[in-house]
Amino acid sequence: MKIMVAVKRVVDYAVKIRVKPDKTGVVTQNVKMSMNPFCEIALEEALRIRESGLASEVVAVSIGPSQCVDTLRTGLAMGANRGIHVESTASLFPLSVAKIFRKLVEIEKPDLLILGKQAIDDDCNQTGQMVAGLLNWPQGTFASKVVLDKEKRVATVDREVDDGIETVRLNLPAVITTDLRLNQPRYATLPNIMKAKSKPIKKFTPEELNVEIKSDLEIVEVTEPPKRKAGVILSSVDELIDKLKNEANVI
Amino acid sequence: MAKHNSRATLQFLLRCFPHRSRNPPLLPCAGLSTRFISGFDEKSRLLQRNIVLGDRRLLSFFNPVRNFVQTKQWGVGIQRKCYGSLAGLVQRNPRFSKFNDDDVRYFEGILGSKNVVQDEDRLVTSNTDWMHKYKGSSKLLLQPRTTDEVAQILKYCNSRCLAVVPQGGNTGLVGGSVPVFDEVSGILVCEAGCILENIISFLDNEGSVEMFQLMLVVCVLSAMDPFMEIYLNGIQLKGGTIFILKDQKHQNFSIYVMLGASQSIFSFASALFILKQAFDCPTGVEAVLANGTVLDMLKTLRKDNTGYDLKHLFIGSEGSLGIVTKVSILTPPKLSAVNKLLQEAKRKLGEILSAFEFLDSQSMNLVLNHLEGARNPIPTSLHNFYVLIETTGSDESSDKQKLEAFLLGSMENELISDGVLAQDINQASSFWLLREGIPEALMRAGAVYKYDLSIPLEHMYSLVEEMRSRLGNTANVVGYGHLGDSNLHLNVSTPHYDDKILSQIEPFVYEWTSKHRGSISAEHGIGLMKANKIYYSKSRKTVQLMASIKNLMDPNHILNPYKVLPQSLTS
Repeated sequence: MKIMVAVKRVVDYAVKIRVKPDKTGVVTQNVKMSMNPFCEIALEEALRIRESGLASEVVAVSIGPSQCVDTLRTGLAMGANRGIHVESTASLFPLSVAKIFRKLVEIEKPDLLILGKQAIDDDCNQTGQMVAGLLNWPQGTFASKVVLDKEKRVATVDREVDDGIETVRLNLPAVITTDLRLNQPRYATLPNIMKAKSKPIKKFTPEELNVEIKSDLEIVEVTEPPKRKAGVILSSVDELIDKLKNEANVI
Repeated sequence: MAKHNSRATLQFLLRCFPHRSRNPPLLPCAGLSTRFISGFDEKSRLLQRNIVLGDRRLLSFFNPVRNFVQTKQWGVGIQRKCYGSLAGLVQRNPRFSKFNDDDVRYFEGILGSKNVVQDEDRLVTSNTDWMHKYKGSSKLLLQPRTTDEVAQILKYCNSRCLAVVPQGGNTGLVGGSVPVFDEVSGILVCEAGCILENIISFLDNEGSVEMFQLMLVVCVLSAMDPFMEIYLNGIQLKGGTIFILKDQKHQNFSIYVMLGASQSIFSFASALFILKQAFDCPTGVEAVLANGTVLDMLKTLRKDNTGYDLKHLFIGSEGSLGIVTKVSILTPPKLSAVNKLLQEAKRKLGEILSAFEFLDSQSMNLVLNHLEGARNPIPTSLHNFYVLIETTGSDESSDKQKLEAFLLGSMENELISDGVLAQDINQASSFWLLREGIPEALMRAGAVYKYDLSIPLEHMYSLVEEMRSRLGNTANVVGYGHLGDSNLHLNVSTPHYDDKILSQIEPFVYEWTSKHRGSISAEHGIGLMKANKIYYSKSRKTVQLMASIKNLMDPNHILNPYKVLPQSLTS
């Protein structure tokens, strides 16, 4: 069994995001970029499945500019067998990404496609659902537990939903998107980092995959969240009630 | 554009523990030769400018340098006349005595007649500076060979009020080492340091040596005072007055530098960066004060935060505060284990290396057991020691390349057996948690006795082991700290405070540190806690000098009383 995992290169989780002065997006130049944390979880899950003997190969895929190779190397250092890089400098929106994945799935024929539930840069939370729709595969989104039955070719997925955990059973091949509590990704060890240098990364362009990158979304404006106002210290309960009534209008 | 910091942190296990390391900061080498030359140029331009613009009102006895500069406009040929005319500008201080036959006999008693020179021909050499710009008029030359002889001479001169001009190689460019008046009673001439080539061959036997480090040695020596013996890795070197600097390794340039170390002649502005490093380079000095007091501050430690930093008082003092007789200098360490790793890290990572921390398995256990979120980075097996390396640079991809090349090399050479490399900032912080979380984990584990020590690397961990065998099962002894600075945090953790345990630790830990020429406070300072323990790190005479400085600058002792210095000295 083969597992394909999407890994996205995003602004590092710990970096303080700054909005560009012209409000077209966030500053990404000279900012530390890392693998999207949810993608790390997706990759970790795939590696664990492989290590338990249920899969034989894990293929990591990254789509974007040439530096995505660094993200792929990280994935390979964590343990992925090989990488695929679809190079594109255009802005990519979930539908284009989903179309690229559909093509790659047709080429690679994986039994399982695991993605992070969302990327921390655009927070779209759409790609996994869209690619499942395009492939007409069942999907288990927001997974907090994944159990595979290789014989029956079934995946049992616990989903984190608003009122608790929902358990779904999917026939393979299927799409799974990962939530935060699924696992704790491993560190890249030095021997594995060295090994990763010789693992193959296959290159594609969207044109080679016959996918037209077009933006079906338009970003109107990106702004910072409003600044929090400083608190005030009140002298009496009466004053508080007055403020709640007349300023906050909550009572 | 905001400066981009790429941080890559890794942590890995070391096969065995380090022995020693005293690495000076790495320096770029290229172009140093030209800097030397331009340094000279700049100096002479400066002189020219002073000649033209020199303000006569500034002339005084206490500014002989400027005075000499002023006189230079008369030219070399009429130097003697200049000095004669100087009498109007620089008055010979009448407080000074003139030496007599009794004095000479006394000096001969100390030095032997061979080293007390009154022969005119021989005096000419010492009365004239290297550039033949200045000519002095001293009638007596003394050549002491040991610190003790220097101390005796100074003590005597001080009691007789005989003025002294310390002189090293007499290669200064500002006339600092030339006696002004013939009344000046004596010149002390001593062999200044050693031939740099000797240092190179010496270090070749001891271990490897990098050229830039020798560069530092040169700079340091030139910035130091008159004459000195040099201690490298704790071993004494002696030699002549000429320093020869050859570089076979880097770009084939060769520089020959003559240094007498008498004045800060190479403190050229164009190499400020190097000089700054040079000032950081000597870890200790031994100096003789005017009254003959010998101050032993020959520490070989990088971090020593016990009281005022007196060595810097003497660096660049041009012999006006005391005579430096010995200096210890940071040099490359003998190669072994972690030491080698540390050196490799310094060499390969150079300017981007920003942290080199170590912790033992006991510390690691403590953090893993007591801190939430702490995660064993290498869970496959337990290791005796862990090292955390961090690099900080401006170009992430090139920094990463450097780091990976270093790691690959270190793994191939079996300096490290396993390790992990942070892939993002989050992982880096979780690595740091393991190191920085130790104090917090100790707090949670119960009572803790903390010691912040600086100990030469070869002894560093033996203290932890000795303490462990001393305390047995009663306490958990952990060692961690900044390996790069040979700074050990020795922490003893027990369930409850117990005077019995404390009495087993103290004063043993201070005595042990003192015995190994360590510092009882590497970075935490003295404060109230260790005010009376300063003697473990500093000699009585040194502390006495600190107290004098305190009295001079804060006569009423209103500033931070009861701290730093023992109360007996300041109350």
